[in-house]
Amino acid sequence: MNGIELAGRSFDSRLIIGTGGFTSLDAMGAAVEASGAAIATVALRRVDPAAQGSIVDVLERAGCFLLPNTAGCFTARDAVATARLAREAFETDWVKLEVIGDEDTLLPEGSELIEAAETLVGEGFTVLPYTNDDPVLARRLESAGVAAVMPLGSPIGSGMGIRNPYNLRLIVEQASVPVILDAGIGTASDAALAMELGCDGVLLASAISRAADPPAMARAMRLAVESGYLARRAGRIPRRLYADPSTSTEGVPELSEP
Amino acid sequence: MIAGIELTLNGEPRRLPAGATLAVAVRETGADANERGIAAALDGEVVPRSQWNDQALRDGHRVEVVRAVQGG
Repeated sequence: MNGIELAGRSFDSRLIIGTGGFTSLDAMGAAVEASGAAIATVALRRVDPAAQGSIVDVLERAGCFLLPNTAGCFTARDAVATARLAREAFETDWVKLEVIGDEDTLLPEGSELIEAAETLVGEGFTVLPYTNDDPVLARRLESAGVAAVMPLGSPIGSGMGIRNPYNLRLIVEQASVPVILDAGIGTASDAALAMELGCDGVLLASAISRAADPPAMARAMRLAVESGYLARRAGRIPRRLYADPSTSTEGVPELSEP
Repeated sequence: MIAGIELTLNGEPRRLPAGATLAVAVRETGADANERGIAAALDGEVVPRSQWNDQALRDGHRVEVVRAVQGG
């Protein structure tokens, strides 16, 4: 079984798809199907009377579990209020907790994040926090009772991949909850690397939604996450500076004049 | 002057008829109150859908009505 268990619930894919950035609900639906993702994130915004179609219907047709986010929140207070709205809107206690500290980099605000996580865990939420690639912050969040930690690889939408694989390794080694790489993935090899480093899953949006061919990239990401997971479990060979022949050096015939 | 309630609905000043409930305000935004993925808050506090028909509104209330949208 290549699936993931989060907060006691099993999902049959280790890829979580963010639904932001698609040109239409149809385009999103096609990419979600191609990704095989079992979980899809959604946001809450003021009702736009001009909006056509229901994202909830499209995602549920694709068989996705809906994970509301608190995107756009800059304080613990706003994030908690948004999570409560999401609980009412989606009848779920699950929330992807985002508390942003800077408009240009969209990097998380650590202290507000911890405060929001503590409050929401206290209110019975299953909290999946988007966090920095900081092992200490990850540990603090785990102590707060989150269901997983979701460190960034690089800033949201940057496509810069995993900028600090060593920190990610530390987070993976120390965590006793699942670690999901969230944000920064640019292409399939980034997603595979996250899994090879020991992440339990990958959450990405822009890498698919803003690709030239989103459904094709969705399939690439699905395979990359699977490949990386399998490679991690298979146990890679150590890196060596010099060659180590895989063909025996014994019994090489003497074919030239000595 | 016509009796009514002056409040803020999704950031815009609005006048609703006297006696209007939160359910009226939700419909006023164009939202389908029966659809999944809709929620409403009154002065920052979530009001469960089951109470929308009974929740009275008054002058100065801040009403937010949100809906599921695409997002990472």
